[in-house]
Amino acid sequence: MNKTLFEKIWDSHVVEQIDDDLALIYIDLHLVHEVTSPQAFEGLRINSRKVRRPDLTVATIDHNVPTSDRFNIKDPISKQQIETLRKNCEDFKVPIYDIDNVNQGIVHVIGPELGLTQPGMTIVCGDSHTSTHGAFGALAFGIGTSEVEHVLATQTLLQKKPKTMSIEALGKLPFGVTPKDLILSIIGKIGVDGGTGHAIEFRGEAFEDMTMEGRMTVCNMTIEGGGRAGMIAPDEKTIEFVQGKRFTPKGTNLDKLIEIWKELKTDKDASFDTEVKIDCTSLEPHISWGTNPGQVIGVNSSIPDPNDYESPEKKSNAESALEYMGLEAGQKISDVKIDRVFIGSCTNGRLEDLRAAARIIDGKKVNKDVNAMVVPGSGIVKMLAEKEGLDKVFINSGFDWREAGCSMCLAMNPDKLSPQERCASTSNRNFEGRQGKDGRTHLVSPEMAAAAAIEGHFVDVRNWK
Amino acid sequence: MEAFVNHKGLVAPLDRSNVDTDQIIPKQFLKRIERTGFGEFAFFDWRYLEPGVLNPEFILNEDRFKNASILVSGSNFGSGSSREHAPWALLDYGFKVIIAPSFADIFRNNCFQNGILSIILDKKEVDYLMGMSLSSRNYQLNVDLENEVIYDDEEFKANFEIDPFRRESLLKGQDEIARTLTSDSYIDTYEKNRIKRW
Repeated sequence: MNKTLFEKIWDSHVVEQIDDDLALIYIDLHLVHEVTSPQAFEGLRINSRKVRRPDLTVATIDHNVPTSDRFNIKDPISKQQIETLRKNCEDFKVPIYDIDNVNQGIVHVIGPELGLTQPGMTIVCGDSHTSTHGAFGALAFGIGTSEVEHVLATQTLLQKKPKTMSIEALGKLPFGVTPKDLILSIIGKIGVDGGTGHAIEFRGEAFEDMTMEGRMTVCNMTIEGGGRAGMIAPDEKTIEFVQGKRFTPKGTNLDKLIEIWKELKTDKDASFDTEVKIDCTSLEPHISWGTNPGQVIGVNSSIPDPNDYESPEKKSNAESALEYMGLEAGQKISDVKIDRVFIGSCTNGRLEDLRAAARIIDGKKVNKDVNAMVVPGSGIVKMLAEKEGLDKVFINSGFDWREAGCSMCLAMNPDKLSPQERCASTSNRNFEGRQGKDGRTHLVSPEMAAAAAIEGHFVDVRNWK
Repeated sequence: MEAFVNHKGLVAPLDRSNVDTDQIIPKQFLKRIERTGFGEFAFFDWRYLEPGVLNPEFILNEDRFKNASILVSGSNFGSGSSREHAPWALLDYGFKVIIAPSFADIFRNNCFQNGILSIILDKKEVDYLMGMSLSSRNYQLNVDLENEVIYDDEEFKANFEIDPFRRESLLKGQDEIARTLTSDSYIDTYEKNRIKRW
């Protein structure tokens, strides 16, 4: 039978078929962080259960870590949460990359960096952006704390088999248009629940042309379109990225794996439950204007008028979004002034993202009314960036250069927006209050965020000189 | 997990779509290491003008919805973050049943894990329930999970569907991990073959 990439991975991980839809599936890699795990470990303790496979489990600390003085955590509850993870990892023999380790970082950045993430795997984490790892042709998705406990105890998960969806990009991305712009436009098209119940495979030239970093940005935001998982078939680029990494097998073991990985693609006549096609050839840099990641427009467009929406639901969503964001219908998005710039997160906090932003700002100064910061996605990203001198480029321009962590993507740490502050952010969610109570988030690519930092408002980065 | 028996309760409306988990429980409350005590922080930014001061304009703050145990809301309820703190907060607040035209996948899974029943109804039916709860003082619904039917004391009646396995688990209040541990031999076998495969 002809199978999709998703079906190949799913079928090879079924431990027990419970009913037509529901199966117990095996988990190859379980990533753990401090926020969604304490109650899971506590559950194990209460029931005298063990972690079945600590060797397939890896923990790190990312959400709560301060990005300036990281060893001095002032918030006592943050501190307790971090210390709880340390103790849990010690008690249950789970390896942890702690904040004094260069390999610490955002969980979705360090997985690929360490070679933990490999094609064909099932990967879960108590974090919705686990979909990032699908860039390697893995089935990766976020789970809740009870499911974290289930995986810790059994290394399996009871899951309903999702439907399949193909999102095919037609043509190449034009000059100056990034993977972030493409995924924002996709969410704009399918809507924030367009992918609900589906495992999405991204197909077509634009995704094939992307670097692994670009593919991670795309798969990372699959969840913002409601997708259960997002994935891209592994190819030569994937294999090249994975090999030589710390946890990637070597020698003949790797050769055998590569043979398996090469089979990980959708068969020619396999069919999907839902198919979407996106024309990339006329795509522009995108900016979110509202309070969900589907409310996006091109950089040269104006803020939409709620009255132009046919659906009363979309109309009322747009009205409340405009009110929250302090924007007027018809206003040009490029006229909107910003107060803050955040470059980082599991969406755009990798070396390639920092390089792209640095190219834009090199030799220029951050606008006097803007406070801008760069937060590398991991200790390794930070180290490599400093080796190339990117830190100097950012600092000389007037950016804050920080330590690795989730930072202002979700503001669980000291980095947050003040009420009504407007931020150009390379992160993934523009929900109300996400970056700080009453803060206003505009999602953009690293290039667009960097250019906005210099100009003090959004500009079309394609015309940047 | 507590078993879900038939439930009768007061309905409260939250007439918004895409209610995300950041709204249900903002990030500053995710630092607790317990499963309990999240209810007072539910919908925090909408519910309070400032800590301790209730926002009189937020609908759930109206006296008549004070003891609601059934929440009716718009499509894509529970979108965004995977935080199970969201269902913990809703449960602790007093909600046992949530009705919407659609739910985000991770949130719905998390509800099943905590004995919260998430019911998908047609948008028309949801709109009707929203209207009824808005226009009355004490609009109640009866939820019969065994027979997958929901009805009021007048003429409203609708069927809903829950995956058979999930329904059984809810009805029995079954610990999913305990069930999976009975499949231990399957897991052992899988692991043996897995080693061969790699």
